[in-house]
Amino acid sequence: MEFSAALLVSAIVAGLLLGGFYAAVSVGISISFGMLDVVNIAHPAFIILGSYIAYIVNDRFGFDPILVSVVLSPVFFALGMALYRIYYLAFERRGQESLRGLAFFFGVLFITEVSLVLVFGVDYRLVQTGYSEITWRFGEIDVPMRLAVPFAVSVAMVAGVQSFLTRTFFGRAVLAVAQDQLALRLMGVNPFRVKELAFALSIATAGVAGALLIVIQPVQPSIGREYIGLVFAVCVLGGMGSIWGTLIGAFVLGIAESFTSTFFGPSWAPAVSFGLLLATLAFRPTGLFGR
Amino acid sequence: MSNKLFAAVAFAIAVAIAAGSQLIGNEYFFTATYTVLQFIILATAWNILGGYTGYVNFGTAAFFATGAYTAVALYNAFHAPLIIMIVAGTVAAGLVGLAVGYLTLRLRGVFFAIATLALAVVLYTFVVNWDYVGGARGAYILQPREIPLGLPRYIHVLYIAMVFMCAFALVVARAIETSTLGRGLAAIRDDELAAECSGVPTLRLKIFSATVSGALMGMAGTTLPYYLSYVEPSSAFSLSYAVNSIAMPLIGGMMSWLGPLIGAVLLGTIQQIVQVTVSSAWNLLIVGVLLVLFVTLAPNGIMGWFDAWLRARRRS
Amino acid sequence: MPGNKVFSVLGRALGALLIGLAFTGAAFAQQPPLKIGFGMSLTGPLAGNGKAALIAMEIWKDDVNAKGGILGRKVEFVYYDDQTNPSTVPGIYTKLLDVDKVDLVVSGYGTAVIAPAMPLMMQRNLTFMTLFGLNVNSKFNYDRYFQIMPAGPEPAVGWTRGFFDAAMTMSPKPKTIALVGADAEYPHLALEGARVHVKRLGLKVVYDKSYPPNTTDYSPIVRAIQATNPDLVYLASYPPDSAGMIRAVNEVGLKTRMFGGGMVGPQFAALKSALGPLLNGMVNYELYVPDLSGKFPFLDKFFAKYQERAVKEGADPLGYYLPPYAYAMMEVLDQAITATKGLDQAKLAQYIHTHTFDTFVGKVSFAKNGEWAVPRVMMVQFHGVQGNSIDQWKKPGVVTVLEPAAYKTGVVKAPFQDARK
Repeated sequence: MEFSAALLVSAIVAGLLLGGFYAAVSVGISISFGMLDVVNIAHPAFIILGSYIAYIVNDRFGFDPILVSVVLSPVFFALGMALYRIYYLAFERRGQESLRGLAFFFGVLFITEVSLVLVFGVDYRLVQTGYSEITWRFGEIDVPMRLAVPFAVSVAMVAGVQSFLTRTFFGRAVLAVAQDQLALRLMGVNPFRVKELAFALSIATAGVAGALLIVIQPVQPSIGREYIGLVFAVCVLGGMGSIWGTLIGAFVLGIAESFTSTFFGPSWAPAVSFGLLLATLAFRPTGLFGR
Repeated sequence: MSNKLFAAVAFAIAVAIAAGSQLIGNEYFFTATYTVLQFIILATAWNILGGYTGYVNFGTAAFFATGAYTAVALYNAFHAPLIIMIVAGTVAAGLVGLAVGYLTLRLRGVFFAIATLALAVVLYTFVVNWDYVGGARGAYILQPREIPLGLPRYIHVLYIAMVFMCAFALVVARAIETSTLGRGLAAIRDDELAAECSGVPTLRLKIFSATVSGALMGMAGTTLPYYLSYVEPSSAFSLSYAVNSIAMPLIGGMMSWLGPLIGAVLLGTIQQIVQVTVSSAWNLLIVGVLLVLFVTLAPNGIMGWFDAWLRARRRS
Repeated sequence: MPGNKVFSVLGRALGALLIGLAFTGAAFAQQPPLKIGFGMSLTGPLAGNGKAALIAMEIWKDDVNAKGGILGRKVEFVYYDDQTNPSTVPGIYTKLLDVDKVDLVVSGYGTAVIAPAMPLMMQRNLTFMTLFGLNVNSKFNYDRYFQIMPAGPEPAVGWTRGFFDAAMTMSPKPKTIALVGADAEYPHLALEGARVHVKRLGLKVVYDKSYPPNTTDYSPIVRAIQATNPDLVYLASYPPDSAGMIRAVNEVGLKTRMFGGGMVGPQFAALKSALGPLLNGMVNYELYVPDLSGKFPFLDKFFAKYQERAVKEGADPLGYYLPPYAYAMMEVLDQAITATKGLDQAKLAQYIHTHTFDTFVGKVSFAKNGEWAVPRVMMVQFHGVQGNSIDQWKKPGVVTVLEPAAYKTGVVKAPFQDARK
C-alpha cells in the first residue's frame, strides 16, 4: 500500500469527523456519569429512540432529521426528568444507587430496545436528506456532508453544553453539585432540582445524537448495544466531568479507529478502541483531563 | 449444615436427577432444561462477584465464550473428550477473570463494570480474527458417534454434565458464602473503605471472587459447542447472557446461593415457555420488565420477600 | 379450527347425500392433517428475510390446500421464532418432533440456525430441506440434506463465479483485485470462494481485509482500497455494511474497473429505494430480476400475491430474493411426497436425489452433497437508476444480466467510475 500524505491526512480528517459524532453521543454520559455519578447505561437506548423519532418525521413529512431532533429536544428533556425522578425515588434516596441503579438502567435499556423492535421491527431504517449525497473535495481529501454536518452539529452542541455549564447559574450549580452537595444546599439551591435538570439535559443531547446517527448510518434497535462501551470509553478517556475532555477523548478514539481501519485492518478497530479504554482504566483512571 | 454435608446432598440430588431423567423419552425435555441449567450456573457464578462482593459484571458473555471457544480449540486440536474441555474451559475463563480483576478491581465498582464491557468487545474481536476456531465463519463441532456410559443420545450426556456442574457451582457458592472469605466479601459489599480499614485484604478477596466467578461462567460455556454443533462469535458473545445473569440473581435474591437458583429456574422456565408460545421478542421484554420491577420494588428479590414474610410471621 | 369444521360438516352432508361415493372432499376431512414444522427468524438480525420466507411458504400452503392438500391431507405449519439465535434451535426442533409430533421438518433461514439442527436430523434419519445456508453439509456429509440456494455443489465457489466470469470478459483482462468483506459468516465464506477463483485465474491480490459489521464510517476502508489501485474490487457484505460501503464508495469516488459481487442487501426494496442512483455501475448478484420474467412464467402471479401480503406484514415489498426459493423448496417436498406416496424419509431422500423438479424457479436438481447440481446465481450490473422510487425496480430496464450465459442480456460496462454516470 502506498503511504501517501493524502492518505494520512484523509485518515485524520475521517477520524476527526467521526470523533465529533462520538462526542455528541457521549456528552450526555459525561454529564450524567461524569458529574452526577448516575451510571445511565440506558443512554444509547435514548439515542436510538431519537433516531427512530427522526426517522418517523422524515419518512412522513420529509423534514430534516437534525432540525426535527432539535425542535423535539424538549420532549427528551421531559423524558429525562421523569426517568431521573424514578431513579432518585427508587435508588438514590435509599443510598442503593450503585448496584441496583446499574441494574435498573440495564433493564430500561432492554425494555426500550425490545419495545422499538415490537413497534418498528428489526429492519434497518435510513433517512433521506438533501445533503447526504454531497461531498466536498479539497484536492485529494474528501469531506462527505453525511459526516460533516453531524460533526458541525455535534461540536456546536458540545460547545453549547460547556458554555451552559460555565456561564449560567444553573450550569454552575451542576458543576457544584458534582463537587459538594452539602455546600450547594447551604447556598440555597435544591440539589435534587439541579441534578434533575442536568440529567434531563443529558437525555436531550441523546435525542439529538440519535438524529445525527441515523444521518450517518442505517439504524435498527439493537445497535444501541454497540455504543454502550463506546460512550463510557470516551468519557473515561477524556476524564470524568470534563466536557472538553469528552470532546478530545472522542477525537482520540475516532482517529485511533480511522488509523487502524486505514493502515492495519478494520477488524481490529474495536479492539483498539476498547484496548485504549482498558489501558486507561488500568494506568490512568482519571483520564486525560479528569480531576 | 456443614459444607461437606451440603456437597454430599447436592451431588446425591444430582445423581437422582440424572438417573431419573433417563426415564423421560421426550428429547424436548433435555434441550429445554439444558438452557435453564446453563442459566443456573451463570446466575450463581455472577452472584459470587455481584451479590456477595457488590461488583457488577456486564461481561458474562466474555467469560462464557472463553469457555466455549477453549472447548472449540481443543476439539480442533485433538478432538478432546468432554471432560477435558470442561476443565480447560473453566481454567481459561478463571485466568481471564484473574487478569481483568488484577487490572481493574483497584478502581471503583463502576469502572470495573465498564471494563467488563470493554473486555467483551476485545475478546469478541480477538475471536473473530482467530481463524483456528473458525473466526466469523463459525466452527463446526460434531458430536461423537459413540455415546459414553451407554446413553441413548448425546444430549443426555450433556444434560448430565450440566446437572453435575450446577451442583458443583451451588456447592462452591455456598462454601464461599458461609466461609470467612464470604464474610470478607460481604464487608466489601457493604462498605469497602471500612472493610479495608478493618484489615480485610480487599484486593485479594475481590480478585479471588472475580476468578471464581469467571471460571464458573466459563464452565457453563464448555458444553455449548457440542450442544449446538456450530459456534459463531456474535451469538456466543450475545448481550442476552449478561442481561439474564444479572436479572436472575436480582429477582431471586442476591444474598444467598438459593437466590440465583430460584431466579434462574423461574426466569429460565418463563423464557422457554414464551419461546414456544408467544412471539419471542417478548422474551427479552419480559426479562427487562421483571428486572426493572424487582430492582425498584423488591430489591432483595424473592428470597427477600420470603425472609420478610418469615420475619413478619415470627413477630406475630 | 373453523376450516376443519366446515369441511367435516360438508363432508358428512355430501356423504349422506351420495352414499357409497367417496369424494376427495370427504376424505380431506377424515385424514389427519400433514404437519410441517420449522423454526424461522421472525426477530433478530435476519428477521427481514425470515418473514419474507414465511409469507412465501404460507402462500405455498394455501395454494397446495386449494388443490386438495398433499396425498389428500391438509397441510398445516407448526413454527416458532428462532430469533436468528442458534441456541434456540435444538429446543425448537426437539419440541416439534417429540411434543408437537410433526410429520416433516424443514429448516429456518441461514447457516446459524441450520447447523444446530443437523445432529438431530441425522439421529432421526430425517430428510431435511434447508433454506440458504452456505456449505453447511461440508462437515456433516449427511445424505438426506438438501439445499435450495442455487449456489451449486461447491457453494462458495459457485456463488462467486459470476463476478469473475464477467470480469474476465473485459479487455484488457484485469490483473489485480481487492477483496473486502464483513467479519461475519456469509462474507467470510464468500471471500473464501472468491480466493479460489483468484488463484485459478492468476490474479494478484493487492488488498485482503475484513471489517467489523458495526463499523460506523467505511471511508477509511475505501480509501485504503483505492490506495492499492485494484482493477477489481470484490465486496461480500450484509445489508447495513453494504449500505455503508456503497455510500463510502460514492463519497470517496472509487476508481476501479469493476466493483461489487457479493453484497447482500441491494436485492431488497429498502436498500434499492434508499440508495437509488448510488447503485449505478455496481455489479452484484441477484436471484430474480423482472428482465427475466419470461423465463420464470409462474412467478408473476406469485409476486402479485406475495407483494400484497408483504406490504401488510412489513416484509420486503419486492420479494425478489428468498420468497421464490422458499416456495420452490416446498414444491420439491410436495412433489417428492406425492411421487413416493408417503412419508418414508429414506424414499423421499432417494427420490429427491434422483429426480429433476419443475418449480417456480425453473428446473431444480440436486448433487450428491445435497446442493444444487448446477449453480445458477445471476450476476447483474445496475444502470439508469433514477431517484428513490421502487416502481422502476419492478419493471425491466435498470439491470443488465451479465452471467450465467443462459440468462445473459448484455456485457459489463467498465470502468466502474464511467458506468456510474
